[in-house]
Amino acid sequence: MGDVAFHTATTVDEALSLVGDGSNVKVVAGGSDLIVQARGGRDLPDNVVAIHRIEALRGIDASGDLTLGALVTHADIVSSDAVRTSWTALADASAIVGSHATRNVGTIGGNVMNASPAMETGSPLLVFGASATLRSAAGGDRSVPLEELWTGPGRTSAQPGELLVDVVVPSLPAHSGSAYVRLEYRRAMEIAIVGAAACVTLDGDTVSAARVALTAVGPTLLRSPGAEAAVIGTTGDDAALAAVAAGASADATPISDLRANEDYRRAMIGVIAKRAVSVAVRRARGEEFPIPATPVFMEGSAR
Amino acid sequence: MKHAATLNVNGMAYPVELEGDATLLSAIREDIGLTGTKTGCDDCECGACMVLVDDKPVNSCTYLALQAEGSAITTVEGLANGDDLSAIQSAFLDKGGVQCGYCTPGMLVSAHALLRRNPDPSEEEIRIALSGNLCRCTGYAKIAEAVMAAAKASA
Repeated sequence: MGDVAFHTATTVDEALSLVGDGSNVKVVAGGSDLIVQARGGRDLPDNVVAIHRIEALRGIDASGDLTLGALVTHADIVSSDAVRTSWTALADASAIVGSHATRNVGTIGGNVMNASPAMETGSPLLVFGASATLRSAAGGDRSVPLEELWTGPGRTSAQPGELLVDVVVPSLPAHSGSAYVRLEYRRAMEIAIVGAAACVTLDGDTVSAARVALTAVGPTLLRSPGAEAAVIGTTGDDAALAAVAAGASADATPISDLRANEDYRRAMIGVIAKRAVSVAVRRARGEEFPIPATPVFMEGSAR
Repeated sequence: MKHAATLNVNGMAYPVELEGDATLLSAIREDIGLTGTKTGCDDCECGACMVLVDDKPVNSCTYLALQAEGSAITTVEGLANGDDLSAIQSAFLDKGGVQCGYCTPGMLVSAHALLRRNPDPSEEEIRIALSGNLCRCTGYAKIAEAVMAAAKASA
């Protein structure tokens, strides 16, 4: 660390001008990922452009599709009634990021542009079919589906000089429900061992549409066509859920690391995907299910 | 590259000169000299460095100091009113919520923020709210008792 020039932008235009052609510069929103990465040996570039004072990037607009400004924090997402009601999987995810101190600082824009395959908000955004709006000084705005934005661990298809301004999450048809569940060793300051999001739409008792996405079992967040095919056309019964688990495990391409080995991740992604689909179906039926959908196991709390 | 800035900590304006990548934790401890805020893991895991930025708890070890310019920062020293301890500080003393004491400043800041947003928390709500604050002495039972006592004292 050391010898870093710090700039604060108060408008998007000012940020774009400070970012310039994108060489030797890093944009910082909350900064929590950035500092941890810098300590881990990934040196900061010579210039840091802080965008946290750009008020225009703070808003949540749920009047039609959901538009989340790049600076919307996890705390903002969890406390948004619109998100909790209509895009519940995203609230499930933001509710379990880090601790309350992390959720006050960490932003949706930082998550999306850091492109970690373990980010909690990633698989919910994928099942909702969300897009990133990237702005450049020369080219104006372009909308990129997140499936195309995330190209590898920590890598995106954003061009140098482009700035993420918002994330657009399409609204869902009636009788839809969603959930995000992760496997965790502890509740706070945890990163998903594996995680899964599901979004389903019902026609009567039958699942007519479903999307399932998997967290921390591949180089990017992954859709699971196997899990999706297993639940569409069913009522989400036990046999369908067993097939969802098998489909998710088959579609996963996990690695072994400090937190879990490949075989364990492949086995557990099935269990977690099954739980996510099950909660999404129950919510689509109108059942109340707590947010976050990942249960708290707190030994001693019943004393 | 040093940047001249002013940080507002506990209601006082401190002129400082900071590197662009200096953390808020290092600015508070090294440049301003308020050492109540502790360096624990220094990696956003343990909560020993927790302070309030515009009334919201943040881990100062992973917050760029220059991003806090223009915000009101409150450290554990700022919870007391002069020599008068706040209700939460007194409760930690009364209930034995302090063992080695290293996590205490972060615990106090975290608990203070909890009681601001939820003046009458259940034990489970307290434990969830403090779950980003690690106590190596594992003194959680008395810490939770202290937070409940402070809530009662302030009711």
